[in-house]
Amino acid sequence: MTPSLQVMEYHLVNYRRTWRASVLSSLVLPLLTMLGFGVGVGAYVTGGVEGVDYLPWMVPGLIASTAVQGAIGESTWPVLSSFEWVKTYFAQSAAPLRVADILGGHLAFMLFRVLTSVMAFLLVAALFGALRSPWALAVLPIALLLALAVAAPVAAYTASVSTDMYLAILIRFAVLPMSLFSGVFFPIESLPEVLRWVAFVLPLWHGVDLCRAATLGIDPGPGAVWQALYLVAWGVAGWFLAHWRYRGRLVI
Amino acid sequence: MNSLIHARGLIKRFEGFTAVDGIDVDVRAGEAFGFLGPNGAGKSSTMRMIGCVSPPTDGVLRILGMDPRRDGPRIRARLGVCPQLDNLDPELTVRENLTTYARFFGIPRRVARARADELLDFVQLSERADSRVEPLSGGMKRRLTIARALVNEPDLVLLDEPTTGLDPQARHLVWERLFRLKQQGVTLVLTTHYMDEAEQLCDRLVVMDGGRIVAEGSPRALIETHSTREVVELRFPTDDQSGYADKLAGIGDRAEVLPDRILLYVGDGDDALAEVHRRSLSPASALVRRSSLEDVFLHLTGRTLVD
Amino acid sequence: MLTLVLPRRLVGLEGAARRSASVAQRNVDALKTAYWLVMLGGLLEPVLYLFSIGVGVGGLVGEIALPGGRTIGYAEFVAPAMLASSAMSGALSETTFNFFGKMKFMRLYEGMLATPVRPIEIALGELSWAMLRGSVYSAAFLVIMVLLDLTTPARALLAFPAAVLVGFAFGALGMTISTLIRGWQDFDMIGAGQFALFLFSGTFVPATTYPPVLRWLVEVTPLYRAVDLIRGISIGTLGPVQVVDVLYLLAMTGAGLLIAGRRMERLLCR
Repeated sequence: MTPSLQVMEYHLVNYRRTWRASVLSSLVLPLLTMLGFGVGVGAYVTGGVEGVDYLPWMVPGLIASTAVQGAIGESTWPVLSSFEWVKTYFAQSAAPLRVADILGGHLAFMLFRVLTSVMAFLLVAALFGALRSPWALAVLPIALLLALAVAAPVAAYTASVSTDMYLAILIRFAVLPMSLFSGVFFPIESLPEVLRWVAFVLPLWHGVDLCRAATLGIDPGPGAVWQALYLVAWGVAGWFLAHWRYRGRLVI
Repeated sequence: MNSLIHARGLIKRFEGFTAVDGIDVDVRAGEAFGFLGPNGAGKSSTMRMIGCVSPPTDGVLRILGMDPRRDGPRIRARLGVCPQLDNLDPELTVRENLTTYARFFGIPRRVARARADELLDFVQLSERADSRVEPLSGGMKRRLTIARALVNEPDLVLLDEPTTGLDPQARHLVWERLFRLKQQGVTLVLTTHYMDEAEQLCDRLVVMDGGRIVAEGSPRALIETHSTREVVELRFPTDDQSGYADKLAGIGDRAEVLPDRILLYVGDGDDALAEVHRRSLSPASALVRRSSLEDVFLHLTGRTLVD
Repeated sequence: MLTLVLPRRLVGLEGAARRSASVAQRNVDALKTAYWLVMLGGLLEPVLYLFSIGVGVGGLVGEIALPGGRTIGYAEFVAPAMLASSAMSGALSETTFNFFGKMKFMRLYEGMLATPVRPIEIALGELSWAMLRGSVYSAAFLVIMVLLDLTTPARALLAFPAAVLVGFAFGALGMTISTLIRGWQDFDMIGAGQFALFLFSGTFVPATTYPPVLRWLVEVTPLYRAVDLIRGISIGTLGPVQVVDVLYLLAMTGAGLLIAGRRMERLLCR
């Protein structure tokens, strides 16, 4: 455990130089979306959604989406750079660190980044009156779970490619469609059957659904446990995949 | 006027400092001309002015009889430039780097392709023609950059530190290719801080220091004028070599004390060494060699070329 | 005297055009299989937004009332804005991120400037490449709009040059920005600015919804003018205000190119 913390410490020290820029992308952009979209378009959604006003309905989705964006952002370019450009991982593997420490420490840092931006977002959402229940605090562990479910497999993907062109392809063909069709902006019930199943398979919708139940204070029923476990499964499978890919590049 | 490059009182100033401080240069057709000097001497700034990508602050500069301020594109059409740091296109193959570059000169595609094949042959990269640039070794990249500089059949080739950062074997391969070009009558202008490179390639050179020219001539003439025939290098087993300088007084023309050794400038090295032993001094090591441009530079500036 | 000077200038112009074209040509040469996939992704983006927001959220919003009293479907309202935004983001990504990468990271322009190519010709060459690429995207998106019955073929034909103009204006702006960028960290700022424009340019709701001050602010931003122009064409409400849009975008193109060419000269030919 301690070696992972040392790796995480390295990333935290590095983060001291760049945190200002990251505030912009991880907080200001989702806030703008909330204002421009939630408030703006919300005014035109006269009937509300599922019995709730549009803004409080879409805010939990936006929080889950923010967690995913943060996780993706940290598990793509920074990971590729650690392998290809700055080669941080190789420097670390020259120290008495195991692959699991290097991967674990970096993932822990990614989760830390997601946690801070989700906390900030939650605070602002509360100020806008978009949270309907004290259960909203449950969003924090849900966001962490969701972030791990995304960051681990994506880190495995990044560790398998050599140029950032493949990252652009991932973002455009997987991340963007997932963000747009996972019930963040409109209920997935209005999607065609096939696309609805795609949303079920991908992790984001489960995170959105759980967050929504939390901020609206709706009892999600026993299905929530299965959804959480499904996210755990993504995270665990992602961890093993990433460990295997990292090992393939670091231990040669 | 026969000079391909003609400079009088050429000055380049950046905010706060003067990189080139009034130099006079004439380069004639067919010769290999060198700028020798340490890092920061103003060699690269001079090259960029000659390459018409950096306007002179003051002074006269004529390239191929034209004014770089007015005729930049027309002059550059007849120059070949090999920059200090390779700026090959990483998104293109080796051959495409030449053909695409040829298009910037308005060379028709078919001509460009034929010339690319010829040049790849010349720099011994034919087998890598369809490879990406990335995996090439440093020496291969430099040879490709040289080939690229030749794609427009230039009247004048500018080479900024052509072998800096290459391993000895790669350097010799580059030198050999440049030597071939020289034999074909191509005018070469190069900068270097390696005295062996300057001695091997240059018919004539100027020694630069602090933006000024401190000496000019052929490598041999420079050595004859500014140094003795031979040099004795002595290392004494001590932290402070200067303590021995007094004890060596009177041997040869003069002595230079460096942190790790003492150089004695003499006509005959063996005689001088015998004299050292006669004074019952016992250096840890002693070496007799011929004078080089390094010694010229040391004598003129009191500093070594490579630090 | 004049007759002597004029042909020489024309020859000069022809040379400049040829050299600019050779700069654009370099990008065609660099196209490899995987890049096509990235380009396809660029085409996909506005389509995905159209389906998600226009169709998905459109199901919640219903119809949008226009100032004249006419109402149109939400997808019909959003589609032209997606076209304008994608013309903007395509032009900006090519002229900021890619341009900066070529200038600072690959140092491509140093190599080009050792040839007869001049800075302004590099700017023009890169811009025409961005436009070529953007035009393909715009044309494809317009075809989709027609297929989904969100506009008529005749309007789509007129909207095409408008989308190209939008690309030119943002491309020129992007080049100017590129010459002012200090490092990669500035791209976060550009991205944020771009995203704010994307959200607040009358894209998803009519600008008339905003409070007066915000509304005036929005109406002077370039993407608002671009959306206004293309929407005016695609839903058939062209009026004198669209002439203002066109003039605005033309002025932006001219000013951008002028400043970018000058600044590049200073940056690269020190």
